[in-house]
Amino acid sequence: MEKLIYLDNAATTRVHPEVLDAMLPYFTEYYGNPSAIYTFAGTAGKAVDEARRTLAECLGAQPEEIYFTGGGSESDNWALKAAAEAYSGKGKHIITTKIEHHAVLHTAEYLEKNGCEVTYLDVDERGLIDLDELKAAIRPDTILISVMFANNEIGTIEPIKEIGEIARANGILFHTDAVQAFGHIPINVNDMNIDMLSASGHKLGGPKGIGLMYIRKGVKIRSFIHGGAQERQRRAGTHNVPGIVGFGAAAKIAYDNMAENSAYEEKLRDYLITRVIEEVPYSRVNGDRVKRLPNNAHFCFRFIEGESLLILLDQNGICASSGSACTSGSLDPSHVLLAIGLPHEIAHGSLRLTLSEKTTKEDIDYTVDKIKEIVERLRNMSPLYEDFIKSEKGK
Amino acid sequence: MYSEKVMDHFNNPRNVGEIDDASGVGTVGNAKCGDIMRMYLDIDDNGVIQDAKFKTFGCGAAVATSSMATELVKGKTIEEALKVTNKAVMEALDGLPPVKVHCSLLAEEAIHAALWDYAEKNNIKIEGLEKPVNDIGEKEDAAEEA
Repeated sequence: MEKLIYLDNAATTRVHPEVLDAMLPYFTEYYGNPSAIYTFAGTAGKAVDEARRTLAECLGAQPEEIYFTGGGSESDNWALKAAAEAYSGKGKHIITTKIEHHAVLHTAEYLEKNGCEVTYLDVDERGLIDLDELKAAIRPDTILISVMFANNEIGTIEPIKEIGEIARANGILFHTDAVQAFGHIPINVNDMNIDMLSASGHKLGGPKGIGLMYIRKGVKIRSFIHGGAQERQRRAGTHNVPGIVGFGAAAKIAYDNMAENSAYEEKLRDYLITRVIEEVPYSRVNGDRVKRLPNNAHFCFRFIEGESLLILLDQNGICASSGSACTSGSLDPSHVLLAIGLPHEIAHGSLRLTLSEKTTKEDIDYTVDKIKEIVERLRNMSPLYEDFIKSEKGK
Repeated sequence: MYSEKVMDHFNNPRNVGEIDDASGVGTVGNAKCGDIMRMYLDIDDNGVIQDAKFKTFGCGAAVATSSMATELVKGKTIEEALKVTNKAVMEALDGLPPVKVHCSLLAEEAIHAALWDYAEKNNIKIEGLEKPVNDIGEKEDAAEEA
């Protein structure tokens, strides 16, 4: 394929060349196990410490509050399962939302099967939770509130600081899945009263297979992966040293350039959104126009189905994604789009485009031109569109 | 994930469109599940399918199975067209991924729905044809309201 326009940066990102350079020596040169006693392993141990310090700084946390994991999903599983266990003496009620990533949602469902009670908060048409509804959902036996920092599909940024205040005032643990937000928008765990936070390396120019969990000092939760004494005995397993080094390096680059990158991406994103809704009939943008991840654009096109759109975009060299049923192998469209109140048939025609600081205006112009062509082509073979046009004519 | 034949029929779908005053039209599936197929048949006085056209809302496999189904029934008698099963459509496309098998069932159902419409219009009974179950009716209205 000659042309490649990568607009799926919420799925994963390209590893920065500098990040790869930082990682490489830890495969072949400094390959020692950081848990070992000899001097040779010390270099690897120091690199792990340094990455931990960098990541802690990014979050406004202390290094000893950062625990390395195998990725965002592991962190989410750990937060929910271990909190449910550790605080079972206090209660069994958890509050989360209907638009969480499946790593949280399916974990919550698992806990329900094992005796927990879970409240899934609704969201409005932009994907925002209602703080009054959150307050009303709190019970004496509520042990955990888990609300994602920013939604992975529609990019909506939740009122995390306000949620943190409510959780703190009620003495309830607050976890946030910040996989999409970390490295893209500012986060401060103290200002925002966050007790636990999940993040992943590969969403910000780092490698796959490495994540972290921030756990505030004093939070009781214990080990999820049992074994050796790594990570203050809370997460066993030999350190993924190259991954950790890469995560730290990627976070440093992301934070050093955050203001510049997000300003650039926001401008391009808004240009993309404006062009699409002005030039493609019967299209809509999903999510909040302002409280939105800088790189996220999410659309629905009526009368067409998302997978067909994705295949045809792919044939034009454009990598995109959809909350469509067909891509996930189930017949139901995205739970997020249903939660914001879209009917099934509209939710099926969704498209997510997520930019990076490397995306150009030319990429966006080419993509919008292709979307216009493809949507028209698919509508011309859609019975829903045929019916719609006939009913419009009949009016 | 798709065979070359599926991709070919998706990229160059055969017989897309409508037939004015079609002998039979059938619409199956529903927007809720993300697949709707509408098949138009032009059947001559000898019961031979002279032309078939379709419109489909759905994934790549839904488009490809619709396209293949129209190809398979063209030129066939009603009795022969009834033998175009979902399996036949799948085989003609060199297979479908397991999650997409329902698309081929929908294609078979679309043929049946169009033939059922033809039988009703002409007040005849087609041996071996049962009333299609997958009509979208009210869900179509819901889609328009949305």
